Order: sequence, then structure tokens, then C-alpha cells
Amino acid sequence: MPDFILDVQGLETTFKTPDGTVHAVNGVSFGLKEGETLGVVGESGCGKSVTMLSVLGLIPSPPGKVVAGKAFFTDRDLLKMSNEEIRHVRGGQISMVFQDPMTSLNPVLTIGRQLEEPLMIHIGMTKKQANERAAELLTMVGIPNAKDRLNDYPHQYSGGMRQRVMIAMALSCSPQILIADEPTTALDVTIQAQIMDLVKRLRDELGMAIIWITHDLGVVAGLAERVMVMYGGYIIEQAQVKDLYADPQHPYTIGLLGSLPRVDEKGRHQLASIEGLPPVLYSKPTACPFAPRCKWSMEKCWTENPPLMETGADHRTACWVDTKTGRVRS
Amino acid sequence: MSNNNEVLLSVKDLVMHFPIYRGVIQKQVGAIRAVDGISFDIKAGETLGLVGESGCGKSTTGRTILQLYKPTAGTVYFHDTDLVALKGEEMRWMRREMQMIFQDPYASLNPRMTVGQIVGEPMLVHNAATAKETAERVSHLLELVKLNPAFSTRYPHEFSGGQRQRIGIARALALQPSFIICDEPISALDVSIQAQVVNLLEELQDQFHLTYLFIAHDLSMVRHISDRVAVMYLGVIVELATRDEIYVSPLHPYSQALLSAVPIPDPVADATRKRVILEGDVPSPANPPSGCRFRTRCPIADTICAEERPAFRELRPGHFVACHFAERFL
Repeated sequence: MPDFILDVQGLETTFKTPDGTVHAVNGVSFGLKEGETLGVVGESGCGKSVTMLSVLGLIPSPPGKVVAGKAFFTDRDLLKMSNEEIRHVRGGQISMVFQDPMTSLNPVLTIGRQLEEPLMIHIGMTKKQANERAAELLTMVGIPNAKDRLNDYPHQYSGGMRQRVMIAMALSCSPQILIADEPTTALDVTIQAQIMDLVKRLRDELGMAIIWITHDLGVVAGLAERVMVMYGGYIIEQAQVKDLYADPQHPYTIGLLGSLPRVDEKGRHQLASIEGLPPVLYSKPTACPFAPRCKWSMEKCWTENPPLMETGADHRTACWVDTKTGRVRS
Repeated sequence: MSNNNEVLLSVKDLVMHFPIYRGVIQKQVGAIRAVDGISFDIKAGETLGLVGESGCGKSTTGRTILQLYKPTAGTVYFHDTDLVALKGEEMRWMRREMQMIFQDPYASLNPRMTVGQIVGEPMLVHNAATAKETAERVSHLLELVKLNPAFSTRYPHEFSGGQRQRIGIARALALQPSFIICDEPISALDVSIQAQVVNLLEELQDQFHLTYLFIAHDLSMVRHISDRVAVMYLGVIVELATRDEIYVSPLHPYSQALLSAVPIPDPVADATRKRVILEGDVPSPANPPSGCRFRTRCPIADTICAEERPAFRELRPGHFVACHFAERFL
């Protein structure tokens, strides 16, 4: 077994709602190697964000609850840590960047103050050291006149610049893992390209591992080394990035790739759409959660939920059907 | 998609400035130049894609065409009628011919009205049908957009985002318009649902010979659906050409950068292509740069770009571009 710095096993998270208990994450297991970039892809409600929030102990409870699983960071289980202990890990060794740069900064504190805070709390810097380091960090993420701009408030920054600040903040304590939850979704494409360029550069310079959560298969293609695709709270396919795009095996992955128009496509063709809607699971499914939308589905799919099976070199798929031959996998 | 070259809509030198008021006496101190002199034609039966980043004025253009804003200057000819000169009842009558599909399917449907009332309302407002005819027509419209006619007694909150967008489309079709403005109709939807809605829009276009102005920031989807594409930047159209010309051989440096910033869902193609990453952010439309609007971020800007606003020139048949140096890319 390779050495994982983050090793998640059998994670399950549920939410109590007025309509019943929603099973958001249903036994997710994955590992993250040191310095690796892992892409997590799925549509809204597939459990991709909840998985990562569960690992970091950020699920609001109630209504949410992590009901099973382990998450080893080096050799300690994050899910068993006290609030105090996990707070020390968060922002220190593992940090997170969220989707919306407009709401994740405190509007009444200066950018400098917000950048200095984690440095003083996690590393124990003095105010003066933290101030100098904050200016370095802003320069690192490409904000000009960093020293002066530390005194500005978030509203004086544009969306792209705020996301740069969030990244600077996340990197301030030199984390081993950066978890980025749709960090470019709220940004324009040219700004998204700037941010992705920045993340790639910082990854090479600092050597941290990255988990990049997104719904955009295009973003992941240019960034990740390995990708996992989630659906209905399960990982349904996991592979090296090249294999996943060249040889997608799960009908959902195939459908998703087919439904994407490309800027470099030639001619005009009808988009392959996936009929129906993603599920909301009020009970743990006994069948494949994708079966109702799947054009390959057959009897076994309705009676037994497929586990992740080895379907190629470092390529695992949770599907009973071999989509190339149309035959059942044994 | 049409062989017919009749011009349905002709926009000439359209300007839309929103005044900025300041101080106790609310004196006008400036203006947001949201749309600053744009001209284009839309032919009957075609889809014109209008792309640009947030704040470039693409939605304002759509709304100004429909006279939802009174334009500051310019004309909008629909067939032979100048919409800007129309008043009151005449304009209301013209509105039957042109409809709009909005971006946010959660905000554009009245939560206190049933689907039947929502889809039937345009007929009621325009006295276009009796109650009985309206009910029949509503059922027919719901079938057209692939919803169950029995849903007409339900309320919007009972539907998913994709279904709500279908309701919005049914409402837009109620008065059998010839021209529909689609203002980011799919950007709030999940990837697998986007393809469903786009395929529906294409089917309806073929069936009813509709003309679309398709406003979006997603360049790959615009490539898929459009016959011709206009690229907007900070209130002006910088390039307008057929879909293939824009995507294969763009002549404006902004179009080139915008295209190269779009992620491609294919790691192999993504790794080999040339990328232009723009510096900085879009300037404020309240105080746009002199001369060429794009010069502050343009990789090839020269002194003339600050002094003279580039003309919108036809460099190839049907291919218009506003750049002093566009010949370099011919």
C-alpha cells in the first residue's frame, strides 16, 4: 500500500431534514499521496464537498453527522480528534479555500489583519513578523504593492484578487494539504485561468498536496494527476487523469463527458444528455444510484449496488456493466 | 441554420448609460457606460451568441433590445419598426413577438403562482385567448418542453432547476414569438441538465423557426449553439463573425485570450495548446480606458490604442473586428 498522507476509509455522513435523513456520503474511501493533486468531480448534491467538510470536522452538527469512517492524517484519525486538536490541524497542516471569495472574507477587517491572524495563532509569530510575512504572501500570489494593500478592506479588492487573498491565507502556514472547494466557479474565465496558473506555480514551488473539488471536468483535466468522480454520495470512478478522459468506464462519466460541448470541437453535433435528475437519497441505496438514468442498466443494477472494482491499471469503477462489451462484470 | 438571409433585428449604435447620483441633492456625477455604441444584425432563424465576462454589458444589451431599459441612444429595428420610437400600447403589442428566458430559474418564476398560471399569464395579459383555449395551450406548451401537462396545478418550488427552466421556456413560447433572448439560460444548472435544456432549445428552434440571441459566458456552449458569435468587452463588441471563424481564427487579442482561457475536458489537448493569460482585471465601466477599451490588458497594445478608439472593421467577409492591429492575425 502506498504511503498516503490522507487516508479516508468508509466515510459516511448523514443530514437530518424535515423530510427524513439524507444520506449524503455513503462509504467513501480514498487516499491522497504526498504532493499529489487529486480532482474530485461531481454535480451539486453528489457529496463532494460534504466528504471534505466531514474529514475536517466542519459539518454543522446537528443536522449533519459523520456516522462512520476513519480519516487518517499521517497516523492520526481526524474524526476522533477533539475540537481543539482538529482546529490546530485546520489552517495549519490542512487548509481550505472556498468557492465564494465574496463571502469568505470578513468585510470589517483589513486584508492584513485577516492574513496575520492565522500566522500568529498557528505559528506563534509576533505582530511585526506576521505583518512582514503577510506582505510576502500577497506578493507571492501576485498582488502588486502588497505592503500598501494590506491596509485595504475586502471590498476594495476585485473577485479574482479576493480569491488570491484566500489562497494566500490558506498557504500562510505552509500546509501539507490544500483543499480547494470550487475556488474558481464564481470567477470569469480569464480570471479563472490566472488563478489556476497561480495554483500550479505554487504547487510546484511549495510541494503541497491538493484536493480540487469542482463540477467542471475541463478544470480538472488541466490540473489534476488523479481524478475521482462522485455520484449520489459514492465514488463511482477513480483513475489517472489521462485514463479517465481517454477511457471513461462508468456510464455516468461517459454521459458527463458526452454532454460537454468543447471550444475546440469541430462541426455541430447533438449533445448526449443524461435524462432525469441526480438522486436525493433518503435511505442507503440497495441498488446502483445511477440505475434510473442509465441506458446500460439491467437487472443486477436494480438489486445490488456495485462496489468500486479494479477495471484497469490504477482505474476503478463502480459498475456492473462493462460498457465496451455490454456484458456483466464478474 | 437558415438559408433565408432576411434580417430580423438590426441594432445600430446602441448606447445604454446608467447615471450615477451622489450627494444630498443627488446630482449626477457620472455614468456606468454599460453599453457604449454597439451595432449588429440578427438574421431570421439564426442564433447569435453574445459572449463576454461579467459586467461587460451583455445582459444589458439584451434588456435594452427589448426596451426593458430605455436606451440612451441608438436604434433597434425589428423588421421595419424602430422599437426605440415605440410607445405604450404599440410597444406592448410588439412584445408578443419577442420574449426572454432568464438566467435564474429560482428567481424568475412567481412562487405563489401555479405552473399553469405562469405559463398562461402572457396569454391573459395580451388577451390572446379565452380561459378554455389558454388551458389547452398550457397543456400543449408543457408537452412541448417535455413536462407532464398534469404538473400545471403545481407550484415552482416542487420542481428542480432544469424543470423550472423548462417552465420558463414554455412561458416564453406562449405567445408564439419569433425572437427569443436567452439570457444565460443554463448557467445556473448542473452539467448533465445543461445538455437537456440546450437540446430542447435547439429542437424548438427547428420546429418553430425561432431566432435566438443567446447570451452566455460559457464559450463552449455558445460554440455549440450559435451560428454567429459576438464577443463583448466593457460595453463594446470587439469581434463579430461566424462561429467557425471566431473559434478557429479569432482576430481580436481579447477573443484569443478568452478562448485560450477556457478549460478543455481533455488532458492531452489541454497540455498542448497555446495559452494567453491576461494580466489584471476588467476596468470599471464608470471610467473606461481612453481609446481601445481593452488596451490596459492587451498584450499587443501600442500608443495609438490609448489615443484612438478602433473602428469596427470588416476584415474578412462577415468578420468584424475592433482592433488597430488585427491584420497581424490574418
